Amino acid sequence: MNNLPFEFQGETLHLLPSGALYWPARRLLCVADLHLGKSERLARLGGPILPPYENEETIDRLSHDIATTDPAEVICLGDSFDDLAASRALPATIQNRLTGLMAGRGWVWVLGNHDPGPVDLGGTCRADHRAAPLVFRHIAEPDARGEVSGHYHPKARIVLGGRSIVRRCALLDADRVILPAYGAYTGGMLCDRPELACLFSPRAEILVLGPRPMRFPVAHSSMSPARRNPST
Amino acid sequence: MRPLPPPIAGWFSARGWSIHPHQQDMLDRKDAPCQLLIAPTGGGKTMAGFLPTLADLADGSHKGLHTLYVSPLKALAADIKRNLTGPITDMGLPIRVEDRTGDTSSHTKRRQRADPPHILLTTPESLALLVSYEDAHRTFAGLQRIIVDEIHALAESKRGDQLMLALSRLSALAPGLRRVGLSATVEDPAAIARILARHPDPCEILLADPGPDPDIAMLTTETPPPWSGGGGRYAIPAVLEEIRKHRTTLIFHNTRAQAEIFFHHLWLANEDQLPIGIHHGALAREQREKVEQAMVEGRLKAIVCTGSLDLGIDWGDVDLVIQVGAPKNVKRLVQRIGRANHRYNAPSKALIVPANRFEVIECTAALDAVRAHQLDGDTDHTGPLDVLCQHILIRAAAGPFTADELFAEIRTAGAYADLPRKTFDRCLDFAATGGYALRAYDQWQRLVQRADGQWQLRDPRSTTRIRMNIGTIVDADKMQVRYQRTRGGAPLGEVEEYFASMLRKGDTFLIGGQIVRYEGMREMVVEVSRTPTLKPKIATFMGTKFATSTQLSDRILAMFRADDWPGLPAHTREWLHLQRRVSRLPERDRLLVESFPHDGREHVVAYGFAGRNAQQTLGLLITKRMEDMGLNPMGFVATDYATLIWGLDPLEDPRPLFTRDNLVETMEAWLADNAVMKRTFKGSAIVAGLIDRNQPGGKRKTGRQATFSTDILYDTLRKYDPGHIMLDITRAEAMRGLVDFGRIEAMLARIDGRIDHARLSRVSPLAAPLFLEPGRVPIAGSADQRLLEQEAQRLMAAAGLSATLS
Repeated sequence: MNNLPFEFQGETLHLLPSGALYWPARRLLCVADLHLGKSERLARLGGPILPPYENEETIDRLSHDIATTDPAEVICLGDSFDDLAASRALPATIQNRLTGLMAGRGWVWVLGNHDPGPVDLGGTCRADHRAAPLVFRHIAEPDARGEVSGHYHPKARIVLGGRSIVRRCALLDADRVILPAYGAYTGGMLCDRPELACLFSPRAEILVLGPRPMRFPVAHSSMSPARRNPST
Repeated sequence: MRPLPPPIAGWFSARGWSIHPHQQDMLDRKDAPCQLLIAPTGGGKTMAGFLPTLADLADGSHKGLHTLYVSPLKALAADIKRNLTGPITDMGLPIRVEDRTGDTSSHTKRRQRADPPHILLTTPESLALLVSYEDAHRTFAGLQRIIVDEIHALAESKRGDQLMLALSRLSALAPGLRRVGLSATVEDPAAIARILARHPDPCEILLADPGPDPDIAMLTTETPPPWSGGGGRYAIPAVLEEIRKHRTTLIFHNTRAQAEIFFHHLWLANEDQLPIGIHHGALAREQREKVEQAMVEGRLKAIVCTGSLDLGIDWGDVDLVIQVGAPKNVKRLVQRIGRANHRYNAPSKALIVPANRFEVIECTAALDAVRAHQLDGDTDHTGPLDVLCQHILIRAAAGPFTADELFAEIRTAGAYADLPRKTFDRCLDFAATGGYALRAYDQWQRLVQRADGQWQLRDPRSTTRIRMNIGTIVDADKMQVRYQRTRGGAPLGEVEEYFASMLRKGDTFLIGGQIVRYEGMREMVVEVSRTPTLKPKIATFMGTKFATSTQLSDRILAMFRADDWPGLPAHTREWLHLQRRVSRLPERDRLLVESFPHDGREHVVAYGFAGRNAQQTLGLLITKRMEDMGLNPMGFVATDYATLIWGLDPLEDPRPLFTRDNLVETMEAWLADNAVMKRTFKGSAIVAGLIDRNQPGGKRKTGRQATFSTDILYDTLRKYDPGHIMLDITRAEAMRGLVDFGRIEAMLARIDGRIDHARLSRVSPLAAPLFLEPGRVPIAGSADQRLLEQEAQRLMAAAGLSATLS
């Protein structure tokens, strides 16, 4: 297994190469920001006509992670659909595959800012999901503890001998984890941007995705002190 | 002989002038459907183009637009307006001349569409925009002539292809439209004529007297040029001396960064305070205009510049051209020399400053070629499909159309004359639906077919989006640079987003000849302040990089065959002798490969002399093979002559790296996954309209989570829709552009397995300069993950943490 295990609130969690989070003690799998239906939404709004394959790709990834971890419960951490209409316009093939994945396990749709309403796909819809000592919600809240969230699509730039490598990442400190976006058509926000940086202590770590996810101290990334403070 | 109308003839005779023979020729044959004039700079080329128009319009009977003039540069259009308006006023002709470029106000633009002038001066992009309007047929009704100036600079480029497609539309709107091309000296006028003429119209080619041979030499300096680098700084005292001796000197550089650095140091050494300016495409318009104005008024002794001044702008009294750094092809050198001495029949004067020792060799070869009147040949040009896709959208923005008519129209453009109907249909399908194998959300397609068979936009509001994305020049994402608002916020120019993202508060860099200090980023604008620092962190924004032509490479390899080089300066001569002693010199029919350890890494150099792009591709191919052989390559850098690769393990036998077995077949698989293809895909995807370059409302990419990289689209298409037209376009584009596969094949065929491997204990004389080349390409292979993991271990250990388990 190439998972990256780490301790959080006394529990052992695993970051998967795909960006999913697995909690073996609870057999719980959590994925953030699937953004299903993105190309449909853009075309509907008169935007560019992107290759309509992101649903397929995202469900492929999810099927793989579910097959390898066999979770009892799956938490989709918000922005699972690019908007409500996109969730309704999901092609039948994708709906069927989702239904197949949901069968025999608990499934929670945490609401995000893109999909603020229940979907007609089964499972439970919640504003947040508590599984002590952790709480799962879409957008991190100030002063939260034991919180797992998504929303920001964090990515990290690691400077290595004069060149820089940008990859999706999770952010971790004693109080919270922010997961990378899981969906195929998702961009990222560098974790030195003030919106993200202000949420974490200087002792935070970056868990960089790749064939084998790796841990870096926050101080090493492009998060230089001069840019961490939103007021500068 | 067709006489000139009296006011024009009178104007000439009042000045004691007579018209040039080629100007009379153009006038005599003004009714020909297509004419191409090849004339040297200063040969009255522009007047030759406009005389028939002035003659036609002299009696004041023509209503509406008569002549459209298209030039590759905005500045050129403005310049021509100045040069036409003067004589027209003096002649007392009832002719209205206006220009229309990206800088024209929207009020004027609207008025021009409803009430066009007799002569409209514009650029290919502005013309494409004009053609996209619903009222294009009214604007262009009655159009008689179109003049394409500096057509040699547009031919074989996507801008030229877009222009010719726009012309195909104009010929349909204004039957009988006559075309005129004006070109500097080129090797193959027939190739340009084929692109210019409305297929299958004939095109007459008129050759003006080329004038006397240029007076051209290499600048000799007391200090020898450095071993590497591209700046030519060592020559500054000699250059200043030349500036003093001449009225106005143009100093050309091959990249913007080099122009900036040179200008900076020239200014520091300029003890006499000679008025010297800088001009390049990355500077803010206000900055450029100031320099242009000063030049027109003759207030400058010298201008340091790049290709942005390359074309026939007729300003100032230039009597010397200095080329710093080797010209990458001979044609460009000849055209640049043409900048000097805008007087017909007087030889142009030019000096070449080699920037390093290798360029001494290249310059010598280029000078030989100029003296031998050998220009680089043109290649056959077929129109690229991404430009065609954009043209289909432009056509759709102007109103409903039938596929048959549009297809017939497009085939009148020379570069698309052989376009198969099937390919056209694929492009139309792409424009309409995205062209995916999976027919998803068809209700949202962009173009729909009406009951009468005509195609039209599904949502008329998408015209805005189409118009905002017109154009074929795709730059790296740029960010504006301004002084902080407290200092008035004056714009300075732009830098690549990647460069900006690497800046930290307090970093200094050069722009517009000044050193500035990075203060921060505000709404996608880089804010800087003035700084007294003398040593800047260098700006990495680059001008276009050209590959050395085959002809020049061959001349250099021929030089290497000699036993000695008495014609070269002593330092360069010694360098070549040293290379021959330590290793050997590259030969035309063999491939020299050197390998040696250096600085803790293993290095391989292959001297293929195939030009920068092909050497770059060679780097990708070889590193892929090295990766398969377990040699852990980490990266490479390519120049016009060689590729340098570094990695973890030494190379024993280079032969397997250069076998031609399965090369073509596996080429695609090899390239599919690399950065060059992804970069090419991005460019084509923007031009074809798969993704937006600009969005209505001026919204810009902000580096936030909303946008995602085009690399993801490329990977998705490859995985789920490998037959998609965008992948075909990318492949074709890469093969002839960044990949330049033809030159690799030619090189491998030439060497035919004759490889000389020199295993050395240290860097060879010829390889040493490669270590200072910019543009290193990292390999995202197993070495990458290995080093990342080592780095993670090291840092986590230093922080008192474990990288795998807490």
